[in-house]
Amino acid sequence: MKLNEHTRGDFPILQRIVSGHPLVYLDSGASSQKPRAVIEAMSEYYERSHANVHRSIHTLGEEATELYELARDAVHRFIGAASREEVVFTRGTTDGLGLIAETIGRTLKKGDEILVTELEHHSNLIPWQLVARDRGAALKAVPILADGSLDLAALDRLLTARTRVVAFTHVSNVLGTITPVVEIVRRARSVNAITVVDGAQAVPHMRVDMSALGCDFYVFSGHKMLGPTGIGVMYGRRPVLDSLEPGRGGSEMIKEVWIDRAQWNDLPWRFEPGTPPIAEAVGLTAAIGYLEKLGMDRVAEHERALTRRTIEGLAAIPGVKVYGPPVAVERGAVVAFAVEGLHPHDVAALLDAEGIAVRAGHHCAMPLMRRLGVVGTSRATFSVFNSPEEVSLLLAAVAGLRSSL
Amino acid sequence: MSQAPSAANSIYSDVIRERWRRPRHRGDLPGATAVAEDVNPLCGDRVRLMLTVEPQGRIAAARFVGDSCAICTASADVIAELVSGRSRSDAVALDVADVLAVLQSEIRPTRMRCVTLPLTVLAKALNGGQGS
Repeated sequence: MKLNEHTRGDFPILQRIVSGHPLVYLDSGASSQKPRAVIEAMSEYYERSHANVHRSIHTLGEEATELYELARDAVHRFIGAASREEVVFTRGTTDGLGLIAETIGRTLKKGDEILVTELEHHSNLIPWQLVARDRGAALKAVPILADGSLDLAALDRLLTARTRVVAFTHVSNVLGTITPVVEIVRRARSVNAITVVDGAQAVPHMRVDMSALGCDFYVFSGHKMLGPTGIGVMYGRRPVLDSLEPGRGGSEMIKEVWIDRAQWNDLPWRFEPGTPPIAEAVGLTAAIGYLEKLGMDRVAEHERALTRRTIEGLAAIPGVKVYGPPVAVERGAVVAFAVEGLHPHDVAALLDAEGIAVRAGHHCAMPLMRRLGVVGTSRATFSVFNSPEEVSLLLAAVAGLRSSL
Repeated sequence: MSQAPSAANSIYSDVIRERWRRPRHRGDLPGATAVAEDVNPLCGDRVRLMLTVEPQGRIAAARFVGDSCAICTASADVIAELVSGRSRSDAVALDVADVLAVLQSEIRPTRMRCVTLPLTVLAKALNGGQGS
């Protein structure tokens, strides 16, 4: 039985009719849809248990606190962190990367070097640009090879004793390239650089295990992994978190405060100022539970089959170009493509007229677009609820596009 | 198989499709006196507008180049046409309603920036212009 036959009924939104057609949602890379379990968990929380966390000495406050901290346990287990203190909640991947950049940024000095890659989403580029500018540090990028993989020989040339940070994506949100995290971490560590991994496109689609990856930081979002918007995770390796001052201040992250100074709270709360996304944490617990029940290996296998079918099908259509690593190489649940003579936005609009939702544009990766020599691409991305039949609908629609404008 | 041509009919007007396929004012304008360029941050589209403005303020010619979608291309083409032969003050007064009236297409809010990008570029060009 195919995975989608188990899951489709769990996603109420898939009942939608768009442009007179049943919705074919191929934009989970931007934001996935939510199973009923997530929606209901959040409703139930708001209807039964909502209060602020940690500081409320009353029944609802205790329930809310317990539910919030249960989410931390769920993430801890799901990503194989060494301890729950390594799991810090943020507002999302962009927020997490910004927090890391600000926090590490304070320790940088003139002449230090920050290394990113040509694959990065703007969220893992702009925060480092800001920090580099403020601290007088140099920002450099590891280039990609023609097949969309990282040029590891160039990485070796760029890594120096001055390299303080190596920030890179686990899975490219455009090409689907899976980067060799363990290998990059190993090389970065040889020059004592801190490693920061953008896992937004990885965690929803494959098993990720912090103990195996070994990176210092790993960040991802709830809303791309069947969970709600407004919550993300910043995993930080304990010795690194212990060594860093908090990036942002406010309530919850302190133990004791005087007018001119403060004593920081313990991990992980030291990095969680302000009222956290509590209902979102409850939703994230439900999303993780849902994915765990399916099994991440099964999820990966299902999405790999859809991705492969899409790449092969699109590549066989005259005038259609598919970007990224060859089909034989393992890659993420992302297929970026171009239709000759058509602008990506028009492709998306024409597909939408048939009920098919794809992303179009630069995908917040303008340097990568420039490297590929395009303004943008169209992009289909997959999740647990997508079916081979939906891929067939996409292929048929794309095949009809060239004659359509 | 899908009937994509009907999908295109339903989302874009004949004017947009015609001007996308065969823009009338696309290309370089040697000797242009006012040039401006801008990008749409949502999609990365880029439009460059070139005007030849006579000393008395009449726009003798207007052309555009760019990487842009059908709506944006049609909009740029219409704008180049509407300002050609007109006074600078007429061109400054051109607004989105004038362009939409020619395009004859319902434009969704998410695509409105595709219509307005060339207008922004026009304003920039008339305002002294700067090629970026």
